[in-house]
Amino acid sequence: MDFELDTDQLLLQETLQRLLARDYTFERRREIVKSPWGFSEEFWRSLAEQGVLGVGLPEDHGGFGGPVEVMVVMEQIGRSLVLEPFLSTVVLGGGLVRDAGTPEQQSDILPAIVSGDCRMALAHHEPGARYSLDHVRTIARRRGDGFELHGRKTIVLDGAVANLLVVSAWDEAANGLSLFLLDPGTPGVERVRYRTHDGRSAADLKLEGVVVPAQRLLGPPGEGLTLLERAVDQAVAALCAEAVGAMEALNETTLEYLKSRRQFGQPIGRFQALQHRMADMYVMATQARSMSLLATGRCTDPDAVTRRRAVSAAKAFVGKAARFVGQQAVQLHGGMGISAELSVGHYFKRLTMIEMTFGDTSHHVAVVGDAIAAEAH
Amino acid sequence: MNLELSPADQQFRAEVRAFIERNLPHDIREKVLTGKRLAREDYLRWHRILYERGWSAPSWPKEFGGPGWTPIQQHIFDEECGLAGAPAIIPFGVRMVAPVLMRFGSREQQEYFLPRILSGEHWWCQGYSEPGAGSDLASLKTRAERRGDVYVVNGQKTWNTLGQHADWIFCLVRTSTEGRPQEGISFLLIDMKSPGITVRPIELIDGEHEVNEIFFDNVEVPVANLVGEENRGWTYAKYLLAHERVNIARLGEAKRELRQLKRLAASRPSGGRPLIEDPRFRSAIAELEIDLLALEYTVLRVLSHESPDRDPGPVSSVLKIRGAELQQQLAELKMLALGPYALPHIPEALDFGWQGEPEGAGEWAPITGRYFNMRKTTIYGGSNEIQRNIIAQRILGL
Ligand SMILES: Cc1cc2nc3c(=O)[nH]c(=O)nc-3n(C[C@H](O)[C@H](O)[C@H](O)COP(=O)(O)OP(=O)(O)OC[C@H]3O[C@@H](n4cnc5c(N)ncnc54)[C@H](O)[C@@H]3O)c2cc1C
Repeated sequence: MDFELDTDQLLLQETLQRLLARDYTFERRREIVKSPWGFSEEFWRSLAEQGVLGVGLPEDHGGFGGPVEVMVVMEQIGRSLVLEPFLSTVVLGGGLVRDAGTPEQQSDILPAIVSGDCRMALAHHEPGARYSLDHVRTIARRRGDGFELHGRKTIVLDGAVANLLVVSAWDEAANGLSLFLLDPGTPGVERVRYRTHDGRSAADLKLEGVVVPAQRLLGPPGEGLTLLERAVDQAVAALCAEAVGAMEALNETTLEYLKSRRQFGQPIGRFQALQHRMADMYVMATQARSMSLLATGRCTDPDAVTRRRAVSAAKAFVGKAARFVGQQAVQLHGGMGISAELSVGHYFKRLTMIEMTFGDTSHHVAVVGDAIAAEAH
Repeated sequence: MNLELSPADQQFRAEVRAFIERNLPHDIREKVLTGKRLAREDYLRWHRILYERGWSAPSWPKEFGGPGWTPIQQHIFDEECGLAGAPAIIPFGVRMVAPVLMRFGSREQQEYFLPRILSGEHWWCQGYSEPGAGSDLASLKTRAERRGDVYVVNGQKTWNTLGQHADWIFCLVRTSTEGRPQEGISFLLIDMKSPGITVRPIELIDGEHEVNEIFFDNVEVPVANLVGEENRGWTYAKYLLAHERVNIARLGEAKRELRQLKRLAASRPSGGRPLIEDPRFRSAIAELEIDLLALEYTVLRVLSHESPDRDPGPVSSVLKIRGAELQQQLAELKMLALGPYALPHIPEALDFGWQGEPEGAGEWAPITGRYFNMRKTTIYGGSNEIQRNIIAQRILGL
């Protein structure tokens, strides 16, 4: 076993750290939050220039690395509370095109992701689905040699800034889910954009008779659910890494505060009640990192059962840890923890949103529970 | 032992309920029940309605114009208000500065201020905390220097809840640096219109404006606005804090939140069934209901042998700790009930009557922000850590 990063991975980490320290200070981030959709084109371009947008994508399209590199990037994204749609574009969108795209789709889209021209979002969630991936009411009807889409999508993360969507729909002819590449400007697509609590943005979509040509079908017809499950597992592993980055940065900030904030003539870190709390936060973050590594290692496992169980276990644990660390970091900062001025509250909000994305803690505990029950039969 | 309310109290409850039913304006009720923003005028409108009925200061004795209710009656009143969706009574005047004035204020102060608190003419805010003095309140530095018949006040207060609406602020100020820090503190009543006062909003993590920083630059305060004696303010401040803590359990509001949580869980789908049928979620609600019951009966026990003017003592820390935690857990479960719909942040949707497009936004928009905001309950009013210190030291003698 080896849990260490290799030299190339360390280099990627350092490159990104340098870029973020220079271009993504908390002050700079605050300005980006104020932009209409919480997105900086300029920073997105810098990520592209450093090659970061090719992480996990095939080398012949300008990409490099796999899940470990994605983890390295996501941790830094978590540490700096990066708002830009790396997860949606590179991990989800790019991942789906990498795994299921035709050679034409790949050479059309992947280089555009790597260069920063293409920003993607997964338009899958629908009202009533909560966290189940198989709840899709949007339908795809054959129309000539293409399709026509009707339905609604909600909470399309990064859907406000994306210029290419992956839409899931019930494919009547194939009797299963199919995935489609869709330009959000296509006639019949109505997009309502809004912000999310972590400073990012999302969208709801109405699809009314949206015509999609056959060559925009992504993956085999009717195979959409399997593809999605695989992509979402990778996204969940990536989210775990982001949460670990955010928790560790938050713990560092809180530790600093315990040493510098004085009450009753001493640093508040002298109070044993707070020492123990901080120790528990450290305990949780340490194990969360282990679970993130587990998820990273298993998220591409060809055996769906093994993969799902490890990824869900990781998300459940990381979600629990994120809630604890986030809430307690706020608590230990006193009133300053509730103010928008410090980074603490912003980490807390992002960690909360991570917990609520692609299955909350309870959902993933239930997935592991179902696996245990299945095993017992 | 008898767990039932007396027939007189039951009748009292019915009377309060009927009054609220008839008099609470529909729009205000809707705002409270749906978690929308309340304007200053909304609070005042309801305050004036209660004032007309003689109920604007539920905790006051008759001699100062209050209804003279027993602690149990006050509790029933708060609970009915909370359940019905009445705005909380802004505590700073009625529940905080008033008891101090009744006990320690001069006759002139009582005669001038108390009727104006009662009628709602004066909105008060609390000026205790400073950037350097939070839990360690006694280390406060805002100075008041006596010059002739005025005090000249310089310094900064912070976290002043709804100070942007206030006409008056009660402040702890330093009038002496000799002896223990507690011994040099005085309790001053300051007109917010005084020259030299600047109010600056603080944005909280939910993006809302609820608290402020207040700066004092050579603000002149008539000596007549000193409460009690100079350098004795700490005694008055502690008296006030104890009053703040009993009320902090907010049972009526908690029961209302629980009811809403159940409704939300019954209406949100999960795996093709209502979320409330999910055994994990249902257990979580059940545990909260049980915890709330444990708190309620503890409150009732404390109240049933409390006389109206007695400091409830360190047991109020028990109520503060649990009340604060339960409010947080209620807010947390409501947020969890939303699932992915916890993510959208649509500040416009907090305005009453807003109709916008994103799925569910009007109804759900306040919930996640409230979850973030409610982290305050374990921090203010003496943090829960400080309350545990009080229990350990003053009740348990550790
Ligand atoms: C939303 C909000 C509204 C408020 N409204 C008002 C208002 O209207 N008027 C007003 O005067 N104040 C108000 N406050 C201020 C509030 O009373 C203080 O925030 C509180 O006293 C804590 O002080 P602090 O924020 O400086 O935190 P600190 O005292 O710096 O505490 C930081 C952390 O250290 C812990 N800690 C401190 N001392 C000890 C100890 N001895 N043992 C163990 N742990 C300890 C605390 O529990 C906390 O977790 C408000 C605060 C908030 C958040």
